[in-house]
Amino acid sequence: MQTIKIKNPVYLLNGFSMVGPLEGEGPLKDYFDYILKDDTLKEKTFEKSERRLLLDIINGAIEKSGLTKSDIEFFFGGDLLNQIVSSSFTARELSLPFIGMYSACATMAEALALSAIFIDNGLASNVIAGTCTHFSSAERQYRFPLELGNQRPPTAQWTITGGGASVISKLPSNVRISAVTFGKVIDYGIDDVNNMGAAMAPAASDTICTHLTNMKAKSNDYDFIATGDLGKLGSEILIDLMEQRDIILGKNYADCGCMMFNKTQRVFMGGSGAGCSASVLNSYILHKLNAGEFKRVLLVSTGALMSTTTAQQGDTIPGIAHAVELEYVGKDSKSNSNNKQRSKSNKLKENKHSKRKS
Amino acid sequence: MDENKRNTNYKLYVESKVPKTKAWPSLFKAFLLGGLICALGQGFFDLYSYFFPNLSESETSTCMLMTIIFITCFLTGVGIYDVIGAWGGAGSVIPITGFSNSISSPAIEFKKEGIIYGICVKMFTIAGPVIVCGVVGSIIAGFIGLFI
Repeated sequence: MQTIKIKNPVYLLNGFSMVGPLEGEGPLKDYFDYILKDDTLKEKTFEKSERRLLLDIINGAIEKSGLTKSDIEFFFGGDLLNQIVSSSFTARELSLPFIGMYSACATMAEALALSAIFIDNGLASNVIAGTCTHFSSAERQYRFPLELGNQRPPTAQWTITGGGASVISKLPSNVRISAVTFGKVIDYGIDDVNNMGAAMAPAASDTICTHLTNMKAKSNDYDFIATGDLGKLGSEILIDLMEQRDIILGKNYADCGCMMFNKTQRVFMGGSGAGCSASVLNSYILHKLNAGEFKRVLLVSTGALMSTTTAQQGDTIPGIAHAVELEYVGKDSKSNSNNKQRSKSNKLKENKHSKRKS
Repeated sequence: MDENKRNTNYKLYVESKVPKTKAWPSLFKAFLLGGLICALGQGFFDLYSYFFPNLSESETSTCMLMTIIFITCFLTGVGIYDVIGAWGGAGSVIPITGFSNSISSPAIEFKKEGIIYGICVKMFTIAGPVIVCGVVGSIIAGFIGLFI
């Protein structure tokens, strides 16, 4: 089946996110672990900066989860640069067994999904999944030189500088990965590289639908459904596509690319890039899950699988989306709701006691 | 067959959703910026013909172009020209400043790949088609001129 249920407890032990200065001015600024002041990270080229960024993120995540590098058994990762150099060069520095992957901007969900499956099947106890993107290195690979005085079409998106990494583990935490869905590659014939949202929306809709059907769930069973980087236009299209399939995406739906920036920031349709869903997951979503404000979350990272060559040769853009379902579970016991009630009644008792004392 | 139908329907639907660029504000900005750049060029031309009356008209015009090209390269280097270009659109592309920017920006960007494979190879990635079209166009125009 396309959806794989994670039967054994597999936890998202902790996550770390790091973003560039522009992203650090956005609405999620209080949730990120680290906001860069200088997006070159004092490296000579932007490709080197991207590597450095990923290395810092991975190290940050390992440190934050209270483990050491020797506890981590595998590193799952990928990025947008050709031959996924950022991840493989980072893996060289880390000297961890490296499982490199590419799903464009859907890489984070793919890495999480494979990590969870690895641990579920007892192949490892602690693994790390991470990815990042850098605006300037993506720009020079996919588009024009930074200093070129060109205009972007209104449907363009802004590749974010930033990323995130999650430590997936057997060790208990508040957040459990309960199911994953690997998406099909879907192409509705969009060939405009400046309109990725429209190219990826059908894939996202297919993956969400499949996941919901296989989990026998409805969209409002989730406290939060997040797509990776469809942008403003793409998420509007997704809502329409889902409506055609009789699934309503309401207030519990948001797109990470749209969440990343304020309306006043000139980023057109919003953020994009593999680092987009990675950083939002490991900051905002993880924070809300840990706090118990979100009980059940579906993260659907979306990717556009074209290259500059295929785009120039006039090929259409295939899209992909992978889904990961995250659940809030109490650290100590499975019956979390009971736990909460208990703690509530305990508090009441304490209050009564203190009142009596006073 | 069904897939083709689905794709054309989807494309039509997407096209209806895509926000359109407002033509009039863009045209106005382009007109204003393009006009300003041309006025600046004329200013330099007048200045040079006032100070160097011995130069012929075409020599003065060359000096003026060199000045404008230098200013654009400088503004590209310090990271101002892309902001101007994003505001003014075609107003910044059509004058020689656009050409200058399209050559200097990849030269700066790809310097990191070295002088040969970086600067020399990538310098004309954007301006190359313009040069080719210009040369081919002038060959055709030359042939036509030969027979008229």
